Amino acid sequence: MEIAVIDYKGGNVQSVIFALERLGVQATLTADHDVIRRADKVLFPGEGEAASAMRELQAQGLDTLLPTLTQPFLGICLGMQLLGRHSEEGGGTDLLGILPFDVVRFPASAEYKVPHMGWNTLSKLRSPLFTGLQEEDYVYFVHSYYAPVGQYTIAQGQYPTPFSAAVQRKNFYAVQFHTEKSSTVGTRILENFLNL
Amino acid sequence: MLTKRIIPCLDVKDGRTVKGVRFEGLRDAGDPVALASRYAREGADELVFLDITATNQKRATLVALVRDVARELDIPFTVGGGIGTVTDVEALLLNGADKVSINSAALARPELIDELAARFGSQCIVVAADARYNDADGWQIYTRAGTNNTGRDAVEWCREAADRGAGEILLTSMSNDGTKDGFALDITGAVSRAITIPVVASGGAGSKQDFTNVFQQAHADAGLAASIFHFGEIGIRELKEHLRQDGIPVRL
Repeated sequence: MEIAVIDYKGGNVQSVIFALERLGVQATLTADHDVIRRADKVLFPGEGEAASAMRELQAQGLDTLLPTLTQPFLGICLGMQLLGRHSEEGGGTDLLGILPFDVVRFPASAEYKVPHMGWNTLSKLRSPLFTGLQEEDYVYFVHSYYAPVGQYTIAQGQYPTPFSAAVQRKNFYAVQFHTEKSSTVGTRILENFLNL
Repeated sequence: MLTKRIIPCLDVKDGRTVKGVRFEGLRDAGDPVALASRYAREGADELVFLDITATNQKRATLVALVRDVARELDIPFTVGGGIGTVTDVEALLLNGADKVSINSAALARPELIDELAARFGSQCIVVAADARYNDADGWQIYTRAGTNNTGRDAVEWCREAADRGAGEILLTSMSNDGTKDGFALDITGAVSRAITIPVVASGGAGSKQDFTNVFQQAHADAGLAASIFHFGEIGIRELKEHLRQDGIPVRL
């Protein structure tokens, strides 16, 4: 199985590659369009800031390639948010437009600190991505912006407002949490993705 | 519901885990990768690696350690200790660290926080603040393992760090560290109320009840400790069961 991890200087990709290695899978970190197109599975991790990530994707022509992909695709964290239409981050940033959501910032308070950082529960799971999981299983989140709940939502989080913990449209799956850092629950989700 | 985090801290020197009582008299507590994996299995929510001799050492050892840990560990971890440049931070993040904590370098040049947050995102930039109490000045920020008083008020510094783009504050009470008499509830509570980014409380944990207190009374988002975990005085699981009985949300 050929696994491509998209290289757009999008943050902590090494952890995703190590997580795949722990599952016995060797992934290729690449921005090469042919390699990405040919891969059986594509992972799109990301951390950091949306506007600079979009600039890097545009510089490598990935903003036009990614929406045309047809194999199972998994966005992680910022890699999920970038699949939306628009983000409030960076004074307003247009995104890839693969899924019909707009990314907004959590309101910060003394009770609900931002970033939303740590282990929180998943609910309303509805996807083969979550085979073997239970409602209220814990995964690790670190994010200040979120995608609201919509018809594309396949798992919900709550902080305190409900948000999309995972989304899907056609072959494009994405999770807001760090599946590569979510212990045995996260490992199972990665396994499920590899088995799609 | 977002849970309160329990974070074992592994002080590392020359690739080995050590823990000093009040930063003196180091004792060897084992191999960092093996210890990290054990904590992950026992239910630790995150780990912190603090390279206590980093300021006098080459970076290569720490980068290699980060890579070895990231290869094994399926929970997040933070690396700190003598980290002072954008290049240092980039090397650690590229090799698998989830967050990097900065301390003295941020106090020497606070703009470093802005630069790191802009480059890598706030979510991976932790500002470690070491506070010590004295009757004349209250809680002030110290550097160089607690020997140098910066003259900065602890709450004010944490507020500035948050405003500049830190994603989290790791607040250590030097007055409590190594005492096992409990966390510094007053300064932890004051910082937690003053800012809207997460606060990790550190220094003084000696009992399960100390963690209950720091979550319930000081509103910490996470509690960090070292020796009580390393020497098996408190197990992570029994600690979390205690917290759950006290009505504190934890991942079990």
